[in-house]
Amino acid sequence: MVGIIDYGVGNLFSLGCAFQRLGEEVVVSDDPQILSKADRLVLPGVGAFADAAEKLQKTGLGDFLKTQAQAGKPVMGICLGMQLLFEKSFEYGEHPGLSLLKGSVVSMAGVIPESLKVPHMGWNKLEFTKNSRLFTHISQGDYVYFVHSYFASDCPDSVCAVSEYGEKLTAAVEKGNIYGCQFHPEKSGQVGLNILKAFCEV
Amino acid sequence: MITKRIIPCLDVKNGRVVKGTNFQGLSDVNSPVELARLYSDCGADELVFYDITASFEGRKLFTDILTEVASQIFIPLTVGGGINTLEDFDRVLKAGADKVSVNSGAIRNPDLVREAAQRYGDQCVVLSVDVKRVDGFFRVFSKGGRENTGMEAIDWICRCVANGAGEVVVNSIDTDGVKGGFDLPLLEAVSNRVDVPVIASGGAGCIEDFITLFKTLPKVDAGLAASIFHFGTVKIPELKSVLRENDIFVRL
Repeated sequence: MVGIIDYGVGNLFSLGCAFQRLGEEVVVSDDPQILSKADRLVLPGVGAFADAAEKLQKTGLGDFLKTQAQAGKPVMGICLGMQLLFEKSFEYGEHPGLSLLKGSVVSMAGVIPESLKVPHMGWNKLEFTKNSRLFTHISQGDYVYFVHSYFASDCPDSVCAVSEYGEKLTAAVEKGNIYGCQFHPEKSGQVGLNILKAFCEV
Repeated sequence: MITKRIIPCLDVKNGRVVKGTNFQGLSDVNSPVELARLYSDCGADELVFYDITASFEGRKLFTDILTEVASQIFIPLTVGGGINTLEDFDRVLKAGADKVSVNSGAIRNPDLVREAAQRYGDQCVVLSVDVKRVDGFFRVFSKGGRENTGMEAIDWICRCVANGAGEVVVNSIDTDGVKGGFDLPLLEAVSNRVDVPVIASGGAGCIEDFITLFKTLPKVDAGLAASIFHFGTVKIPELKSVLRENDIFVRL
């Protein structure tokens, strides 16, 4: 069973449907008791880092996720959910994350050439930088769908795929039982479903 | 690098895609779900669903259909038509839309774009604008292109982008339906002034029109069309492979 953590951030409808399409049982919940029964957990998220981090902290779901992850349960962060796994973000100030991964989240403005539009929105190619179990059913150069203005940096021990957008931006991460996608696998067609399938197999 | 996007647009009335298509092998040529799946399978980068129903019941049906599409099709979905309030945003987003396109609703209520962007994020708010030349000036038309608002189009678009519209669909009434190519002068004027993605709409008649669009105006991010895709005049897999042969970066 896949547990999708519902902390009031973003639309979880497509994500739940994507896992169901793969034949997985899905529970979308904000209740640690229910979520703890899941074999694996997904932290979704869109919007601002600080708001989301605060909600995770206030609801206790952040601590819950950390405990579950440290006990070895597979965890996947998606988009803002992936960014929240890192130590901190510099989105409008400096805000602490869950510190399940080393690295920080920074703005792409000022890093990528000015001629490129921010957010980085649309389909871009995945460039694998090391092996990941997430890539079991996809190929180097496959396309996935991104919408983001910030990206994870200083994360050499977890980054496993990047996408070229003026700079090589962190696209996917894996470290032990912690996984993350900056893009939206639930919006990336068959390639995205294949990534979620691989996560369900770890 | 980000690919250029190819976007089919489906008009939905009373839960059915109007006009239909002449795709072979579809058991129901007016089914939004079947068409969405077919387009997704053949490489559409995104889908736009346009609700052209006027009635309350029709709107409810549209929302149900949207949920069905979103539960089965895993590419970005944009929804437009009848979006006048934040409640309308809420309704279609909960039903599974990723982006919401506003047109006349933004003209009637100039605060709508700003309020929606604050609540749902810029990336969620798409400004759709119908433009027609009047005495040599680009004017904004409302009510499905029937009414001249008198507003200057480029200024209107810039104002909405400043208020938080994260993307702009520029539909040229002058070229729409003519199938003689996209409205390049209008699109150039818009893409020189805004730094959010610009989607060209109105006028595509053949593959060559897309090549000309992206070659002439590299700042344009996407091409949107309806009937040429529905009637198979332009097939998306072929369109994309020809674009790539012409060094235009697309997802294959």
